[in-house]
Amino acid sequence: MKSDNNPHPEKDQPRSASRYFFYLIPLVVFILLVWLFFKGLGLDPSKVPSPLVDKPLPAFQLESLKDPGKMIGSDLLKGKVSLVNVWASWCPSCRQEHAELVQIARESGVQVIGFNWKDERAAALEMLHRFGDPYAMVFYDPNNQVGIDLGVYGAPETFIVDPNGIIRHKRIGPIDRKVWEEEMLPVIQQYGPTK
Amino acid sequence: MSTKHLLAPALLGALLAWGLVPTEAPAASLQEFTFDTPAQEQAFRELTGKLRCLVCQNESLAASGAEVAQDLRRKVYTMMKEGKDQDAIVAFLVDRYGDFVLYQPPVKPSTYLLWFGPFILVGVGGFLLLRSLRRQGTAPEPTLSPADEARIAQLLAAGDDQQDRAK
Repeated sequence: MKSDNNPHPEKDQPRSASRYFFYLIPLVVFILLVWLFFKGLGLDPSKVPSPLVDKPLPAFQLESLKDPGKMIGSDLLKGKVSLVNVWASWCPSCRQEHAELVQIARESGVQVIGFNWKDERAAALEMLHRFGDPYAMVFYDPNNQVGIDLGVYGAPETFIVDPNGIIRHKRIGPIDRKVWEEEMLPVIQQYGPTK
Repeated sequence: MSTKHLLAPALLGALLAWGLVPTEAPAASLQEFTFDTPAQEQAFRELTGKLRCLVCQNESLAASGAEVAQDLRRKVYTMMKEGKDQDAIVAFLVDRYGDFVLYQPPVKPSTYLLWFGPFILVGVGGFLLLRSLRRQGTAPEPTLSPADEARIAQLLAAGDDQQDRAK
């Protein structure tokens, strides 16, 4: 306490007030940390943000799943907003979202493109036969040739690609009605008309 | 101290020390990769050890048994065989999977807080500690009122008396 050497003793008053404020800092920091950690609890670390968002979809050519031997290219997507859905018949979450995709393809007018990943043709076609086929076309990538270029690390993953071939959104995990309406549709509506 | 008392701390110490020893996770399946030189193999192990498997995130690309990790190992392997250097391979993966594939986050504006935050905190803490220590050091001796002085003198005198009597 320097109060004795202080030539202006009247200035002591606000100083002690600011001292109380000083003691509050740890409390404020603590509350901020609790808030931060609490928010962190709600994050899913398995959802890794993709660096490809807002970048062009890499150009690629793959065999068509539905027409064996026929090569199809990513340039076929241009001109329309597309939902590019990475799926496989071995993936339970893909089956879970499949009915939703069928409905989206039927009702929304968005072109749904399949990207069959690390799968076997017969099993993949069997799944489309049994549960419906929402896909305008399906790229067949059994050996993860192109999947790496798309940064795919699991299924299902779904990209929204705008009419100019720019990736606008990436969804990791299955799509349900809520995800479609709240996460996907607003992005799609920015880039093209839907029915 | 008996040996019994030393056993627990020794065990604890050994366990802690063991935790500090870097353990090489067994590479999941490197059999399919052949290398011309041991140095090349070493470089491959080192690089895949620095990369994270995105499927099982606490495993490196070198250690993970996930299928995607095997695909990526194969990709890294072919790129090395093509003569690409480490930086090019890392850049290739970061372009597709993001900084998250790196165990060590790169230093850039969005990670400044992560990299320098602890030093800033230590700096601020040290500054506050020094300041409060210095303040305590320069604090003047508390002054006593005349009444206190008189009381001290009285008590000291009484103490002297008692000592005298004890002799």
